[in-house]
Amino acid sequence: MAYVLLRHREIPDLHKIDVYKKNGGLAAFKNAVTKMTPAEVIDVVKNSGLRGRGGAGFSTGMKWSFIDAKSWPHYIVANADESEPGTFKDREIMESNPLQFLEGLAIGAYAVGAHTAYIYLRGEFWQVADILDAKIAEMEKAGYLGDNLFGTDFSLRIYTHLGAGAYICGEETALLESLEGKRGQPRVRPPFPPSVGLYNKPTIINNVETFTNVPMILANGADWYKSMGTADSAGVKIFSLSGRVRRPGNYELPFGTTFRELIYGEKYGAGVQDSRTVKAIMPAGASSSMIVVNGDDKVLDTPMDYASVRTLRAELGSASVIVLDDTVNINWVINKTIRFFKHESCGKCTPCREGTFWMNKIVQRVSGEDRTQKDLDLLMSVAKQMQGRCLCALGDFSTMAVTTGMERFPEDFQVKQ
Amino acid sequence: MSLEKTYPKEVKQILAKYPPEGKRSAVMPLLFLAQREEGYITKAAIEDIAQLLDITTTEIDAVITFYTLYHQEKAGKYRVQVCNDLPCALRGADKFLEDLCENLAIKVGETTPDGAITLEAVACLAACNNAPMFQTQGPDGIKYYENMTVAKTMDVIQTLKHAGKEAE
Repeated sequence: MAYVLLRHREIPDLHKIDVYKKNGGLAAFKNAVTKMTPAEVIDVVKNSGLRGRGGAGFSTGMKWSFIDAKSWPHYIVANADESEPGTFKDREIMESNPLQFLEGLAIGAYAVGAHTAYIYLRGEFWQVADILDAKIAEMEKAGYLGDNLFGTDFSLRIYTHLGAGAYICGEETALLESLEGKRGQPRVRPPFPPSVGLYNKPTIINNVETFTNVPMILANGADWYKSMGTADSAGVKIFSLSGRVRRPGNYELPFGTTFRELIYGEKYGAGVQDSRTVKAIMPAGASSSMIVVNGDDKVLDTPMDYASVRTLRAELGSASVIVLDDTVNINWVINKTIRFFKHESCGKCTPCREGTFWMNKIVQRVSGEDRTQKDLDLLMSVAKQMQGRCLCALGDFSTMAVTTGMERFPEDFQVKQ
Repeated sequence: MSLEKTYPKEVKQILAKYPPEGKRSAVMPLLFLAQREEGYITKAAIEDIAQLLDITTTEIDAVITFYTLYHQEKAGKYRVQVCNDLPCALRGADKFLEDLCENLAIKVGETTPDGAITLEAVACLAACNNAPMFQTQGPDGIKYYENMTVAKTMDVIQTLKHAGKEAE
């Protein structure tokens, strides 16, 4: 199968603008601006079945169609805050196939009528920002960014903006606050960004991987894209595979590929380290519900698409697949995940601020062999009280590994009699 | 200090990125600029940025204290920031950090006696496939070092110490 997103792995020097153009690059953008209406572009993206790759899986074309046409100017923002433990796909795209991402962002800007686009990068992506700034300058020089593009009245500028270390800024309204120069704390929704976003103007925010799909969809058509993947989850996905596998890394595969193929396929994970067995899978990074495997063939043969993963009582999210083998204690895992979320809770809403703080305290007692039933009950009770009561998804995310870990792996939480 | 005097080109470039009603957006890039020289942000720099953007120093304090990459206290010339979150820890990051402490004869959060290196443990850096890994935060920005061993790290640190001295 030819790559759709990680095309730099097949085409040397794809980051160079002449090589990118020789391989069909920037033609889709030019074609859209000169020969298509914004509504036509949105229709193609809608019909392709493309769903947001940041984790929520919302229809991209649908989101674009929500942009408020009565309020101007419009903005478009690329979410390059990639901070979920276990996710490292956007970084590879931006480092190695940056022009395809920028072209997708430019097409998106045309589709929603934005003349200014921002790329919000996590602060640690300092080197990535340098790469993108250079590529943006090259596109300007080549006449693909700037005023009155291709002789039309469409103008576009793209700017990078570095965050400064805060996981919460991946949440789209926190990202907007941060981009406005404030603390990155989520806004109360509604209103949603397509009506009230950056500087209170209509704004569309999509993940880097989502945008990177768009040039290929426009070039090859919605039907081509839909021919890959499953009915529920069209197209391809970059799976970030990490944890106790032999070959961790990014693997681009059609939705519906099984966990077994990803973890054991020779070209992919190549099996578990030291030939141990898979104990659990966290398919959506640290925010995951724990999938019990314990060598169960049925679980390993489950296709990785949004609907199928749900049958395992988990979410696919951003497809950051962390593999835990039978040497790993789930108790230790939740200790790590809670510490992360406690550190990253923004402090705006009480259930999350207090909940992550107390879970972090209790989980340290629960880690030792002298844990008591009272502490276990308290930890579960705090986690359950948080669920559904936080301002944004971070609060719920922080509880997923806790509740599912304790419920599904009771052997790692036993109390000494 | 005045950022506009020290970095006229950079300040102009930063301000040009945002519309007049979004001038405040420049606060984060300006804070990085203010931190470049000394590795931390001074009170004077905060007052300078407040004036430049027409916001209060309290609003800037609120931003500084929210994000982990801004510092208000002097540390080593380079901060070596090791990720020991779950995916890295599954590939030996905890042991790596421990061994690094031993080699540098400092604890996490401490600075080497020569003032060159501060060792820190940080949250996920999106390089889970290449653990153990760390980033350095110093006068030349942020850089990633991946698939590291303690021996390789000590080499990197030697180079940084040397570069630090050259610059002085």
